Amino acid sequence: MANPIEQFKIKPIIPLEVAGVDVSFTNSAVMMVISVVLITAFLTLSVRSRALVPGRWQSLAEVFYEFIAGMLRDNVGQAGRKYFPFIFSLFMFVLFGNLLGMIPGAFTYTSHVIVTFGMAIVVFTGVTIIGFARHGTHFLRMFFPEGAPIATAVILVPIEVISYFSRPFSLAVRLFANMTVGHIILKVMGGFVVSLGAFYVLPGIVPFAFLGAITVLEFGIALLQAYVFTILSCIYLHDAIHMH
Amino acid sequence: MSEHEELSGLDDLDNRIRAAREREMVATESGSGRRQSSSGIALGMRVSIEFVAGVAVGVGLGWGLDLFFGTKPVLMVVFLLLGGGAGVMNAYRAAKGLDATVGLGAAQRRQARRAKDS
Repeated sequence: MANPIEQFKIKPIIPLEVAGVDVSFTNSAVMMVISVVLITAFLTLSVRSRALVPGRWQSLAEVFYEFIAGMLRDNVGQAGRKYFPFIFSLFMFVLFGNLLGMIPGAFTYTSHVIVTFGMAIVVFTGVTIIGFARHGTHFLRMFFPEGAPIATAVILVPIEVISYFSRPFSLAVRLFANMTVGHIILKVMGGFVVSLGAFYVLPGIVPFAFLGAITVLEFGIALLQAYVFTILSCIYLHDAIHMH
Repeated sequence: MSEHEELSGLDDLDNRIRAAREREMVATESGSGRRQSSSGIALGMRVSIEFVAGVAVGVGLGWGLDLFFGTKPVLMVVFLLLGGGAGVMNAYRAAKGLDATVGLGAAQRRQARRAKDS
């Protein structure tokens, strides 16, 4: 258990194979199901009373709702309202993945690049389709800056296109790297506490205090990265809808 | 009597809410695109990721196009350089705090306009 990478290992719980492809139900999938169940339970049960003056749980749910609604309004504008369900689900899924991963012994599915990349590629494809659906081939004009000499298009257009295609990668890697690095640091620090504190109590206190501080920091990062992932999706959506 | 007053009070509130909502509709019609502030380590991480992503996507695109056209390895080399350019542009934008929309020139104009406004 001292291995700091071991916590990211995917373990099949119900082995399954469809047409030679391994589709086992893994510990990662278990955490995803748990988080979806928790989100659904939290949001439906808390607003069940539909009180005009919200109770404790209802105001918590309303805080989430208004946070995302405000984010969408500020970054996409009124046209973004119909994409609220998607953005809200995305935010809650990432947020719960990050926070559930902070429970000792739990698996963090956002620490796997394929999971974050899957979400990023859905956002990217969706945004591109929305852009083409709204603007047609006019959408391609975005890749050439207005007022630049036409001869520079040979260099400028490929660079803007590559920059556009690099979006899902930077979106995915940012979330995955933050979560992975944080969990490795926590594990290494925890190892220090055990190995130092087992022999000398006093030196063990120092890494323990550090571990406490880093745990708090990790909670901050879990919240911040869910926010960053969502707000970047909103900004990409703004591009596709308004084209400036 | 008191009920009537209450009703007119609610009416008034209703009107005020509607007026406020309309003001907001106008203000947020197209979304202002606020920029996020970030700490040093987050910015550093972001800049490095943006740069690497640009180069990686450039190489990937070049490799894929090479496979498609059978021109190994010409396009990969060309797109490696273009990807480097895109990576530097992305990193520059992240460091300058420009918004993440497509088009460097448009983002720069928008930032200048915002700076003039405030």
